[in-house]
Amino acid sequence: MNGSLTRIGAMTRRHLYLFRSSWTRVFDLVYWPVLQMTIWGFVTVFLNQQSSWFANAAGVLIGAVLLWDVLVRSQFGLTLSLLEEMWSRNLANLFVSPLRPWEFAASLMLLSVTRSMIGVLPAALLAIPLFAYSVFDLGLPLLAFWMMLVMLGWSIGLLIGALLFRFGLAAESYAWASIFIIQPISGVWYPVSVLPEWLKPLAWSLPSTYVFEGMRAVMIDRVFRWDLLAQAFALNLVIMALAFGAFLFAFTRARERGQLLQSSE
Amino acid sequence: MTIAAINVRDLTKRFRDDVPPAVDGISFTVPRGQVVGLLGGNGAGKTTTISMLLGILIPTAGTIDILGVDMRRDRYAALPRLNFSSPYVDLPSRLTVRENLDVFGGLYGVRDLKARIAELAELLDLTAFLDRKTGSLSSGQKTRAALAKALINRPELLLLDEPTASLDPDTADRVRGHLEAYARTQGAAILLASHNMAEVERLCADVLMMKAGRIVDRGSPADLIARYGREDMEQVFLDVARGTAQAAAQ
Repeated sequence: MNGSLTRIGAMTRRHLYLFRSSWTRVFDLVYWPVLQMTIWGFVTVFLNQQSSWFANAAGVLIGAVLLWDVLVRSQFGLTLSLLEEMWSRNLANLFVSPLRPWEFAASLMLLSVTRSMIGVLPAALLAIPLFAYSVFDLGLPLLAFWMMLVMLGWSIGLLIGALLFRFGLAAESYAWASIFIIQPISGVWYPVSVLPEWLKPLAWSLPSTYVFEGMRAVMIDRVFRWDLLAQAFALNLVIMALAFGAFLFAFTRARERGQLLQSSE
Repeated sequence: MTIAAINVRDLTKRFRDDVPPAVDGISFTVPRGQVVGLLGGNGAGKTTTISMLLGILIPTAGTIDILGVDMRRDRYAALPRLNFSSPYVDLPSRLTVRENLDVFGGLYGVRDLKARIAELAELLDLTAFLDRKTGSLSSGQKTRAALAKALINRPELLLLDEPTASLDPDTADRVRGHLEAYARTQGAAILLASHNMAEVERLCADVLMMKAGRIVDRGSPADLIARYGREDMEQVFLDVARGTAQAAAQ
């Protein structure tokens, strides 16, 4: 186990060194969440002036954009760390070392948390002076929501990692686009009740839907829905197991096809 | 009985059913402490063979024992004891040489890593470049940095794919000197795939000649030169590659 921790630590250092050498990468992480938060912050100010419902549920859109960014940045963070290895033609160096695939995946998850924190934290802090909204007022439920979204981000990241192992850098565009397919049905900006009946089962198969419904329950109804959290967690466990299986399967297939040595297009 | 560094039996790799195998049932042994050359033209199967030895390519058939470990069953028991370098892979270019060596030292669980990095930097004349980004180095410096990574864990077996490709003669000569010294002082085995015949003659005690995925001949450079009635390995290589070898060899 000590060896595993040492190797995961080494992989984490590899990417922290990269951050240290490239401030543009750090800026890139912060830029989009801050921009999104600012836009939705002004939309919130406008809607508050127009609607008493919004005035009562102040910050629900800013909370949604920040939590959505936690999910997006977690997935991007995991996928980006894998892409960095492919761009730098370093995968073969890594996998002829004693680094196990699960240790590699664990380091990608750790880096995903780091990247999402670097990305979302400045936006969350900036929302306080700009819009008098603190996502931290959600209290402990925030931690639960954050964990559920990070887990889902890892799962989607691992699935995209499987595609990258299978198709090489030709699948790179999936890394940036895939996650947005779940946005319309996750109830980020509106409750699931507005979706057509046929789409609701699909929405409720996603852990993110329970998180955003749970967030609105806290912010609007002032109740924390343990049932929603439990269902999100159970779904996350199933999806993570499937995603990890797909990642390991694709890794083994890449070893059969010789794609680790030449992981380009 | 001493366990061989590499023991390969009936190794085959077939990527597609409708084309001939990239490696076709080869068997060979590399004793510990010996430098063995793997020669052949482009597409002969050298890189495929090395990839299978390292475990990043799964063979279609055959067995591979590295330092007494069955690579299909327990490759992670062998991986800490070997290393490799290839022009097909790079070290991350935005990291400094020191950072890269720190990362790979961590992956291989090297003890007293700072001292090991300093030792390698001294040995490979990299001290002045340790804190420069790897991507900013000349190709000779990059090759030495890659070699430092390959030696970071003091491997008992080193697999090198064209270690001096694209180097000027002076740098290539220095790299060969480092490899010679490493094999001699550490008693390490080296399997060296190369197109440079002078390099093979200088470094290798034994040479495996590959063509179309098969080992078509084997012997020391002096034996092969004598057997083919040629003056150097370059001519032997051409005989094998062009298929004019049988008569000469018999």
